[in-house]
Amino acid sequence: MPIIKPKVQLLDNEHKKLIFDEAKNILETQGVFIENQEAIELFSQQGLNYKEKLFYIPPDLVDKCLESVPNEITLFDREGKEHISLKDNQVHFDPGSAAIFILDENTGEIREANSNDFIKFSKIVEQLKYIEAQSTALIYQDVPKDAQDWHRLFISLSNCHKPVVTGTFQKDSFSIMREILLTCRLSEDDLARKPLAIFDACPSPPLKWSDLTTQSVIDAAKSMIPSEFVSMPLAGASAPITLLGSITQHCAETLVGVVIAQLAKRGAPLIWGGSPAVMDMKHGTTPMGAIETMMINIGDIEMGKLLKMPTHAYMSLSDAKIPDAQAGFEAGMGALLAGLAGINMISGPGMLDFESTQSIEKLLIDNEIIGMVKRFLQGIEDYGSPFALDILKDFGEKEELLSHPSTLKLFRKELFFPSSIIDRKTRDSWKKLGSKSARKRAREEANKLSNKTPIKPIDESLAKELKQIVSKYLR
Amino acid sequence: MSQENLYGEISDAIVNLNEEKARELANKAIGKNLNILNVIEEGFGAGIRRVGELWDAGEFFLPELMRGAKIMQDCLDLLIPHLQGGIERKTLGKVVIATIEGDIHSIGKTIVATMLRAYGFEVYDLGADVPAEKIIDEAIEKNVDIIGVSALLTTTMLGQKKVIEILKKKGISNKFKVILGGAPVTSKWVEECGADGYAGNAVEAVELAKSLLHR
Repeated sequence: MPIIKPKVQLLDNEHKKLIFDEAKNILETQGVFIENQEAIELFSQQGLNYKEKLFYIPPDLVDKCLESVPNEITLFDREGKEHISLKDNQVHFDPGSAAIFILDENTGEIREANSNDFIKFSKIVEQLKYIEAQSTALIYQDVPKDAQDWHRLFISLSNCHKPVVTGTFQKDSFSIMREILLTCRLSEDDLARKPLAIFDACPSPPLKWSDLTTQSVIDAAKSMIPSEFVSMPLAGASAPITLLGSITQHCAETLVGVVIAQLAKRGAPLIWGGSPAVMDMKHGTTPMGAIETMMINIGDIEMGKLLKMPTHAYMSLSDAKIPDAQAGFEAGMGALLAGLAGINMISGPGMLDFESTQSIEKLLIDNEIIGMVKRFLQGIEDYGSPFALDILKDFGEKEELLSHPSTLKLFRKELFFPSSIIDRKTRDSWKKLGSKSARKRAREEANKLSNKTPIKPIDESLAKELKQIVSKYLR
Repeated sequence: MSQENLYGEISDAIVNLNEEKARELANKAIGKNLNILNVIEEGFGAGIRRVGELWDAGEFFLPELMRGAKIMQDCLDLLIPHLQGGIERKTLGKVVIATIEGDIHSIGKTIVATMLRAYGFEVYDLGADVPAEKIIDEAIEKNVDIIGVSALLTTTMLGQKKVIEILKKKGISNKFKVILGGAPVTSKWVEECGADGYAGNAVEAVELAKSLLHR
């Protein structure tokens, strides 16, 4: 146990309460846009009136629904082995999801992706030590549009055993995706007990729940598959410019998801997540690497923790177009802050250019960053006093401490060991090896990793079953 | 006060983002029965052009640009009913704009509409989640020059293509320029759809609309 668990905090209890109360007030007085038929029925059964596509949700219904949300979710891998838990301040990372472009590490070109890119991507994620979950990170163009969501789940699970953060682009896909997940489990019950995938559900700011998003939450709830809410207020454009205002709006939008899910199935597993941003007032863009974006994220998470829900955020992303210095420092700041905020699932590694472009080079650099973040989060350990006195006595005899028993015993515990992507060589040896940048070292590592034998190769019969589903649905 | 002074004051009110003052001056011009077309062009038009220059120079940010555009639009709404005897205000062109069916994201589309209006286009904003057929009906009825279709989702993007397909089927695709917008839109997609262009942000959208109509 560390002396102090490192932590960052931006809101005090008074403000958390004010935000929560105001968010409920917004839902009761401003109303929320709902157009999904099943949700309309669920709300109507609660005696709520539906006027001009708006429901006005009373605070006691919100409170009641919050009561039945599980405090933690344990995710299992493809083979059904316990993998990670989203609870307390446990921190896990997955690659930023659903990029519409890839930065080709071999040509340096930003282009549309194809399925081979995603196969390579998934194989590499399988190998990464510090990124414990995978995501359906790339949208590729060589499958029909109506297969673009579910086909990614097939490729990810065929090439990587880690649990997967995913989502639907159309209502019909959910049942196909559930069928894909079920190939990895004995039954629906088994899938509910051992969740393998998280489904992202993105309300549209301000306070709109689209048909697709709402249906995804309802379908997932009924199958006890975790939904992850990704509310994305854009401060100054579709949300108040104040950080506090944006956090309050996020809270209101996300509470709607809680109500929808719990009305569909009491006890459905949910994750309090988001992808807020501030608007760049010069370029009209949505910078994920902006420090204020990160601050809103942390505030949102503190609200989720207040409500005792597992948490998620899009952090450790960059708006740079290539893995350059900006990409490094934005991802580094984001990852460290996200870790200090104790966010359970952090989506972002690899992502550039406002959540639009995945880069394997950046993914590998981010993996190193995350290794360091995790070391930081372990804090400073007290192995017993005196802390230095006895060891320094020994120094007098030997004039070095490398061979000291305490060094040998503890150096592997005390230090994080980066891969060769992080340069700690002397200048001369760096020069001898070609004076390579971190990006170039990451590129070389990518090609090595994609050819490695999988850590957990997929069982042949499972691979066959997955392919059969694809041939059934691919038109 | 001479007319030139009034024009200058109007222009200043726009640049200072002083809504109250701008409305007051618009009403004054109406009360004095001035040539409204000149008031629009040399007062308000000059003001919004200065706002555009400040934006180009990096001194104004989006909230200032949008606010200026909004004040300009509100004043035009006051003034246009008072245009003298059958004179029609010459605009840069007519645009119908909407977010496509199935997609309820409206923020980008709304910003583009405001900016186009500010720069002198006549804009019909149909809102979000609008069927392709309705966009086209409106375009025909209002006899517009440009159809702008926004989509934020890779799935709803198909609706952008549908607009162009329907135009072709009706044999009227040469009557309109079709421009696309939204995060997933690329030049390749524009080509695939047979659209006339796309813009990455609202300022580029204005440039695109102008260049398509050779303004």
